[in-house]
Amino acid sequence: MFVLIVGAGRVGSTIAKRALNDGHEVSVLDEDPLSHERLDVDLDGSWEDAGGQFTVGTALEMEALLEAGIERADVFIASTDGDNTNLVISQIAQKRFAVDRVVARVLDPARASWYAEQGLNTVCPTKTAIELLTAAVFGPDEEAAA
Amino acid sequence: MYVLVAGAGKVGWNLARELIAKGHEVTLVEHNRRRYLIVEQELEHAVQYGDATELWILERAGIQRADMVIAVTGDDEDNMLICQVAKEKYLVDRIIARVNNPRNLQHFKLLDILPAVSATDLILRLIEHEVPKYGLVHLLDLEEEQLEIIEMEVADDAPAAGRKVIDIDLPDGSLIISVLREGGGMVPKGDTVIEAGDEVLLVLDPGVEADITAQFSPNGQVQ
Repeated sequence: MFVLIVGAGRVGSTIAKRALNDGHEVSVLDEDPLSHERLDVDLDGSWEDAGGQFTVGTALEMEALLEAGIERADVFIASTDGDNTNLVISQIAQKRFAVDRVVARVLDPARASWYAEQGLNTVCPTKTAIELLTAAVFGPDEEAAA
Repeated sequence: MYVLVAGAGKVGWNLARELIAKGHEVTLVEHNRRRYLIVEQELEHAVQYGDATELWILERAGIQRADMVIAVTGDDEDNMLICQVAKEKYLVDRIIARVNNPRNLQHFKLLDILPAVSATDLILRLIEHEVPKYGLVHLLDLEEEQLEIIEMEVADDAPAAGRKVIDIDLPDGSLIISVLREGGGMVPKGDTVIEAGDEVLLVLDPGVEADITAQFSPNGQVQ
């Protein structure tokens, strides 16, 4: 599969490396040229040597999106540090480029759940953290046991 | 009318002040604490502190009963999100979004966030009006209806100069709707003679501009 990841922070870069390792074609788009270094960590050579692609730019710039290969992407992951950016660019991927599988990282549970109701695949790490922390303090399946 | 304005920058603050002066009820939402405190000195309870892309902030500001939501923050993604949520989640009748980077206008259109206003575009249009390219000025574009209205000056040796309207070789899908001459305006009939120096207004289907330009420019050349 061709995987396009926008936002190469801790989450985006780790998923990128894992996907590449699993044999997928991976393209990363980030506005910060320095974020490329995060992709090189733990690799023998550079990210490009390993077969990855890296483009500097934002997902609102059509040229950057096209250069990063959105037209042939099977998967689009929006993992920038901005919830609103992720929500907007994943809709662009879905509506304009008809990418098959679009996932947006959204930290705010309220926005994540409303956009999920509208048909967008959102992942909310905050919600997961709340569940894990609650389970760690009060034990698992608190609600099921009650 | 109850108007919710997101973003208390120069645009939002002045907009809120003008709307209040016109007798409307306004809530302005600003997420920068320092900016909020400055604006609050003048607008008092009409400004609230918070991030207008958070649903509970919008609800606290009364978005459910808003007649209009205007998103004028300095961030295009925020403006898109605020308007999308206002329109589709809270069913607000009217939205207006500010486009900071004119290149993002296509994204506003894709998400059906209209009208989207870009200061850069407005100024570009004014420049076009003041310094018309090819003597043709776009006065109005009705995108949905696929119609536009343009204005042109009739050159001295234009094919149309000295001819009756009915004899001008205009393409299908175009019509002269008025003629401005010596400070006055009139709606022409078929036997009205177009003179050099007239300003003519035409309504037309997009795409026939070149054929029209040919009738009103010197020697019929298309620039």
